[in-house]
Amino acid sequence: MGYPHTSHQRETAVLSQYFGDEEARTLDGWKKRGGYQALEKALGMSPADIVNVVKESGLRGRGGAGFPTGMKWSFMKPGDGKPHYLCCNADESEPGTFKDREIMRWTPHALVEGCAIGAYAIGAETAYIYIRGEFTEPLIWMERAVEEAYAAGILGANSMGTGKRVDVYVHKGAGAYICGEETALMNSLEGRRGNPRIKPPFPAVSGVFGQPTTINNVETLAAVCPILMKGAEWYKSMCLSNPKSTGTKLFSVCGNLRNPGTYEVVMGFPFKDFLYDLCGGPLDGRRFKAVIPGGASVPIQTMEEAEATLMDYEGFVAQGSMLGSGGVIVIDDAQSMVRVIARLARFFAHESCAQCTQCREGTAWTTKILERIRDGQGTMEDLDTLLSIADNMTGTTICVLSDSCATPVISGIKKFRPEFEALIHGKRVHSVMAAVA
Amino acid sequence: MAEAKMVNLTIEGRPVSVPEGTSILEAAKTAGILIPHYCYHPSLPIPGVCRMCLVEVEKAPKLAPSCATSVAEGQIVHVHNDRTLEARKGVLEFLLINHPLDCPICDQSGECELQDFTYQEGRADSRYRDPKRFNPVEDFGGDVMYVPNRCILCTRCVRFMDDLAHDTVLNVSERGDRALIGKFEGKDLTHPWAANVIDLCPVGALLSKDFLNKARAWELDRAASICPNCTQGCNIMIEVRDNSVARLKPRPNEDVNKFFMCDYGRLNYRWMNRQDRAELPMVRNGAGLASADWEAAIHMAANLLRDAKPFVLVSPMLSNETLFLLTRLLQRKGGTGVFRVATGDEAPLPGVEDLALRRDRAANVQGAEILGYTRSDSPLEDLGSDDILVIADDDLRGMPVEAAARAKAVIVIGTAIPDGLENIAAVLPISNFTEEEGTFTNLRGRVQRFTQAKAAPGQARPSWLVLGDLLGALGAQDSFYLPSDVFADLAAARTEFSGLSYDELGMRGLPVMNAEGGAVR
Repeated sequence: MGYPHTSHQRETAVLSQYFGDEEARTLDGWKKRGGYQALEKALGMSPADIVNVVKESGLRGRGGAGFPTGMKWSFMKPGDGKPHYLCCNADESEPGTFKDREIMRWTPHALVEGCAIGAYAIGAETAYIYIRGEFTEPLIWMERAVEEAYAAGILGANSMGTGKRVDVYVHKGAGAYICGEETALMNSLEGRRGNPRIKPPFPAVSGVFGQPTTINNVETLAAVCPILMKGAEWYKSMCLSNPKSTGTKLFSVCGNLRNPGTYEVVMGFPFKDFLYDLCGGPLDGRRFKAVIPGGASVPIQTMEEAEATLMDYEGFVAQGSMLGSGGVIVIDDAQSMVRVIARLARFFAHESCAQCTQCREGTAWTTKILERIRDGQGTMEDLDTLLSIADNMTGTTICVLSDSCATPVISGIKKFRPEFEALIHGKRVHSVMAAVA
Repeated sequence: MAEAKMVNLTIEGRPVSVPEGTSILEAAKTAGILIPHYCYHPSLPIPGVCRMCLVEVEKAPKLAPSCATSVAEGQIVHVHNDRTLEARKGVLEFLLINHPLDCPICDQSGECELQDFTYQEGRADSRYRDPKRFNPVEDFGGDVMYVPNRCILCTRCVRFMDDLAHDTVLNVSERGDRALIGKFEGKDLTHPWAANVIDLCPVGALLSKDFLNKARAWELDRAASICPNCTQGCNIMIEVRDNSVARLKPRPNEDVNKFFMCDYGRLNYRWMNRQDRAELPMVRNGAGLASADWEAAIHMAANLLRDAKPFVLVSPMLSNETLFLLTRLLQRKGGTGVFRVATGDEAPLPGVEDLALRRDRAANVQGAEILGYTRSDSPLEDLGSDDILVIADDDLRGMPVEAAARAKAVIVIGTAIPDGLENIAAVLPISNFTEEEGTFTNLRGRVQRFTQAKAAPGQARPSWLVLGDLLGALGAQDSFYLPSDVFADLAAARTEFSGLSYDELGMRGLPVMNAEGGAVR
């Protein structure tokens, strides 16, 4: 079901099936709902077989990049004498994204189970769940779930009585957006400043504590359990558009719309139906103006683009954006796009780790210019400067925070230029007034 | 050792062949191409953060940071094409938006990499119209002050303190454009090697308090030299303004000091400028000393030494050449050669093997020992009343005057006249090591050249020249026109130095025979 609203009939509840069901949070309740059968099954399989099933299912990383999970797992080479680690990236800080939070709040054992399976599949003895510092409530549930799993012998030296060791630790971040970047997350986990590391070496070669590491998103790991239980074919069959995007995806929707919340749909679902039917459409008297479909760092879509989108990795790219983390931010005609973009830029300027020059200086400069335009102090040259800065900030830094800041600026100026120009020319058009008139 | 596999690539159209694993930036250096960079330093871990060294590698989608990208067979690298120049222009503009552009009052001006690269390929103007970030100047302790407004956050200083000094004092505080170099609570840059962060800083953010506002970089004359303040023999540059040493800077030498020198060595230079120097040759005239011309003074000294046994007290700050010529003096009639050394605590730079401020605080202790001088804490103990005491640049400070007064007569060959000695027969003023050329032997037996940095005061002459003249007056047949001639004689006379010459030594030095790795051809 979707949360907090009741499930819409067009949703496909796989991961969100027990959202809102308080009993599912406990070990007993989770077992009653079929929990830990997937782990039991996994421990009876060879790690290579598990990787193959995941590969076959077509599951791709749900954190934003969409890298095939099975292939990522196959980069790990067990038996090289080194310790191996699994990291679960639960540092869900992308503005507008709150799908992992719901998984951890309502079905913490799904993640524990997913971590245990993942760790076993890649030959890791230890899994870390790195939870965003602000997620105080999910942290409580996750810690409780891990504690219960240890007490029940599901985790520990003799995991589920198989003699195989699986340890899961919950680690609380200190509240930095950048620690959601996988290499920054590893630094943070090690107790260092959360700065992204230069790649190569990639985590599979040198990750946490310099050892081979795989990092997976919460939703990715949670999805492994149903895949193991119901099979790759079942998962692969959930696909409405491009066969490279399979399964279901959680979308967290916020902004100016009637029913914000978390929704789960099959890959390839029409975005138009999603917005107007599932999410209830715009508020009274308003019209949708723009959508940021995958968290703050993907290009902004106009409504024409959004309404033509099929919701999968390729579908969003085809319509000028990206699936990203699945954090849908809807903006209606009462909002000023300049305000929205300036606020996004301020966020990135605040969260830049300060390593790379382009990001450290560029995000702040972008913010200053945008806020100047917002306040009616901009010039037409500022728009050219913004685009030039954004160009310099793209593809030149260690991580993609810099690109993420440039993205809404470039797409915003390109697609909503008249709003910028109106502010620059002193015509402070309040679009809701215009709409009413 | 197995030969490293060589990788062939093309950088800016030039074929380059370097060992596998070399970075593109280092490979370019071998072809004489400097890829502009800030955060990269060969002695420090590579963070790849300044994004200045981005180059275009053909077939790669993105520009690559050349400091952190290894060479690959057949790579074609462009350093100065439109795309990379545009990228660097962008970085330079970003670096300058919050920079105060206060070059006219900045000590780094003239030797600033931000200045250099901006002149070279930066924008002529800035498009930045908003207020600049401001942070107050901070005292970092030791000799270091921090001007955060000029900082480009390259983190070289942080990495030096963490990885080489093993003293975690500095950090990057704050995030985004608020970021600045911070100091951990209660910590200061008091590590004995901390001032190296000043040299590592590519801009004017970390400055020497000692050198603050003393000179502009372009007013300084520079001479390659060796730090005389301990037996490590760090390679240095002596930087002189108006015939006065203004500061010492380390000079890279992979085999001795890498890129560094300690704070003690760096700041202990004021004695090189002392004003109470012996400037004129002098001879005894009744109760006092009267100035004389060089011939008269040399003649007087030669007369005293002609049939007497000399007792030579040398300074371990003298060059191999001078110490060698003094051994010639000792060989004539027999005699004793002694020296003493000031000592202090050893202070290593833990991240670099065999690099420390050494206990013995003089440049040429090893040279003096190889040449047969005896080290002693009370060197004049055995001085006899028939001896002619030759004091070669020891100021006798800390020694009882009576010890030297015992001698029949004293000949001073030095930079200054020792206080309170009434039996001085002749004074032969010499230049100090900044005013002449020569070699020192460091504690590992490495012979290294130093060159003249400034002019000697008055009529003072190079020590090797004075001793050559003195030996000539005593009938020696050799004639020395250059310090290299003296060294050639030394190399011929002493097996330890055999095979060495000024040309062979170059400016990086070579080990003497018997020293580790000292297989002299």
